[in-house]
Amino acid sequence: MSKINFLKPDKSNLYTFLYLGTFLFFISVLDVLLNSFFNLNLTGFLPSFLSYFLPLILGFIGLYFIRIELSGIKQLDLINKHINTNNFNAILSLLIIFIILKSIPPILSWFFIDASFAGDTKDVCTGTGACWTYIKVWIRRFMYGMYPNGEQWRINLSFIALALLGSVGYFATDKFKKYLTLYYVVIYPFIAFLFIFFFISGGPVFFDFSYGIIAAILSIIIGFFIPSKFKFYYFLIVPFSLYILLKYFIFYEELIELGKLDGLNWVETGAWGGLSLTFIISFFCLIFCFPIGMAFALGRRSGFPLIRYISIGFIEFWRGVPLITVLFMSAVMFPMFLPADFFIDKLVRCIIAISLFEAAYVAEVIRGGLQALPRGQYEAAKSLGMGYWKMHIFVILPQALKLVIPGIANTFLALVKDTPLIFVVGLLEIVGMLNLAKTNPEWLGFAMEGYVFAAIIFWIICYAMSKYSYNLEQKYKTDR
Amino acid sequence: MNFKLKDIGPQLMTVIAVVLVFGFFTYNAQVNMENRGIDFGYGFLSQESSFDVQFSLIEYDGSHSYFRAYLVGLLNTILVSVIGIFFATILGVIVGIARLSSNYLINKFAAFYVEFFRNIPLLLQIFFWYFAALRALPLPQDAEAMFGVAFLTIKGLFVPAFIWQNFNIFFYSIIAAIIAIIVIRYQAKKLQETQGKQTPVLLISIGLILVLPLISFLIGGVRLSFEVPVLKQLATTSFIYEGGVSLPPELIALALSLSLYTATFIAECVRAGIQGIGKGQKEAAASIGLTPNQVLKLVVMPQALRIIIPPTTNQYLNLTKNSSLAAAIAYPDLVLVFAGTALMQTGKAIEIVSITMFTYLSLSIAISLFMNWYNNKIAIQEK
Repeated sequence: MSKINFLKPDKSNLYTFLYLGTFLFFISVLDVLLNSFFNLNLTGFLPSFLSYFLPLILGFIGLYFIRIELSGIKQLDLINKHINTNNFNAILSLLIIFIILKSIPPILSWFFIDASFAGDTKDVCTGTGACWTYIKVWIRRFMYGMYPNGEQWRINLSFIALALLGSVGYFATDKFKKYLTLYYVVIYPFIAFLFIFFFISGGPVFFDFSYGIIAAILSIIIGFFIPSKFKFYYFLIVPFSLYILLKYFIFYEELIELGKLDGLNWVETGAWGGLSLTFIISFFCLIFCFPIGMAFALGRRSGFPLIRYISIGFIEFWRGVPLITVLFMSAVMFPMFLPADFFIDKLVRCIIAISLFEAAYVAEVIRGGLQALPRGQYEAAKSLGMGYWKMHIFVILPQALKLVIPGIANTFLALVKDTPLIFVVGLLEIVGMLNLAKTNPEWLGFAMEGYVFAAIIFWIICYAMSKYSYNLEQKYKTDR
Repeated sequence: MNFKLKDIGPQLMTVIAVVLVFGFFTYNAQVNMENRGIDFGYGFLSQESSFDVQFSLIEYDGSHSYFRAYLVGLLNTILVSVIGIFFATILGVIVGIARLSSNYLINKFAAFYVEFFRNIPLLLQIFFWYFAALRALPLPQDAEAMFGVAFLTIKGLFVPAFIWQNFNIFFYSIIAAIIAIIVIRYQAKKLQETQGKQTPVLLISIGLILVLPLISFLIGGVRLSFEVPVLKQLATTSFIYEGGVSLPPELIALALSLSLYTATFIAECVRAGIQGIGKGQKEAAASIGLTPNQVLKLVVMPQALRIIIPPTTNQYLNLTKNSSLAAAIAYPDLVLVFAGTALMQTGKAIEIVSITMFTYLSLSIAISLFMNWYNNKIAIQEK
């Protein structure tokens, strides 16, 4: 029986097998390497079929020779443990090594070596590689859409200011930490809204909707001082009446005029676009979908059957339809439901539609967190004499939200990835702009570069978000 | 029973608010439609549609009704969803298992795949495949044949069509094979539970499904021939393949990107499911003498499936809903044909959007009902 295993290495002739195996393995890797990087074919004298598979066979035999349990040599054991546990794994490992070796040169040459960077006309792109000149020429359109070139500093300034204001949380001292939630939930969105309203738009952007936002923010601020017992009625009645009050009695023409700053031109939302529009839409949808989702999650767990059924109906409706039909609805059907003189900008309609859509997903995620909390938490809070709102704001929601950070992050990621869909209503963010640029007769044939560029940007944004959510999850992880 | 204002109040207020909002909307809709002279109704469904659709599974042209156009769109949506679900499941399971591999390279390769495709918007991927990758394919006259019969060109994939004789006998033989497999599986399970004997069910099943149709060929008089696509010249520089089955590039791009994208999520579900099985389970199974394959088949998978199925159902639903992105590359699915072309022609915004949404809702509910049924079937039966 020992004859069968004569090719199996053992302690006594370990080094023979080791040298032989390593040699064969390196030959096979070298063959592929030379082939792909320098276009040399070491085994060219063999028939083409054999020459094609020879590296795989050689490498496989080599790996077979060096496979031994606990040789005592550190590197060898590491290799054997990680890529060479059995025949099947050895072949897969070899294939992956070969694929990586084979794919590096074409990718490198397409991206860098044969690519054109210089110049600003199509004529410089003669090589076989990518034409980054195309991106360079069109970069302003990809970033800012049709926003006038001379005015783009307004977007830059707003984004830098908002990023700085957003990072306040990192520098806050303990004394101000307790106000951070209030800041991020109410004040920061309001500042962002003002920036968009005055700076980026410089004119009427939200129209009638702006009364709604002001009414909502005012009522939330006042709502903090309303006793818990009346909060429900308060939120049902006050925002709407405030809205009516604002619209028909207090300001009417003034608010539209208010949006105009001296010296700034009005840029209508149809001209907004590119990556900045992606950011604006994602930002506002994130802000709006979270509280709406929370409300419906609480509604779905409410003890009142009617409220529960309405919440279930809302959530299941939005979860059952694709976003594209929702946007269709906001574009063609929603205007039919409003009075003829009531005008909502299509960007705002988009933001409302996406927020409602994502709110349903947020609601389901938060419901998962609420269900995971043990009954004892509710009972403990109640036994301290807390009312419904106090109990949820101070005891239940902080714990539930902590549990569902990964789920919420996934929903937000999905939201960011869904923003390109606004092409349905004719708004062009970065992917839409790419499609527009692609059809420009002077720049035909560079679709690939554009999509790769956008893919890299989206990948960085989404990957950063998912890593950040992971850090957040670790930070707030508490043993229970 | 006490009448409690505390309980009734909030509910009543909410209902009134909802009714007010809906009332406001319907009132406005009525006023607006009167002003524009549009009447509400679904009668247009039986009218002649007078537009053409490039690709349809059922017979359709401009002389058919709008309802027929709706069916064409619906069937195309279902087709791409089924193809997508099929490939996404296979790829997702493979990648999910690969992510748990002890092989460092395979593990990292799978992780790279998941992180890469998951973080790029699906619409961008569809555009990439359709406008950039598939446009690099050869023209029909330059295409090289795959296996001598299929042609992958810029105008789509052309594969041979099957031409059957006595197809019904072949069909019956397949049905018979499936019934036999179900019976054998049932018997094998019984044998396993009562006597602990293992039957090689998989081998027998494969054998049955191969042998029975073969018999139908030998003695049932079933004949099969292929219709290979042939290059045909339309104009001096324009060629197309005729005969056989042609799959449009839109369908290929859509199915490809849907499966690649959804597979990453399914892979994560599979990984979470298998990781969710405690180490003790595997060790206990090994200690009673089961082989590694048996451990996987009899102990790990039945338990892992329970964790895997609910999130995977969600992914199937997402895939079905995402197939509506077809509108972006002009694949004639429900949204493009019905909510796009038909809406433009008739102007019946409310009716058409509501029908479209209702259809997607029903599709979602159908998938989730089926998966719930399957999930209940494999759930732990507590006694």
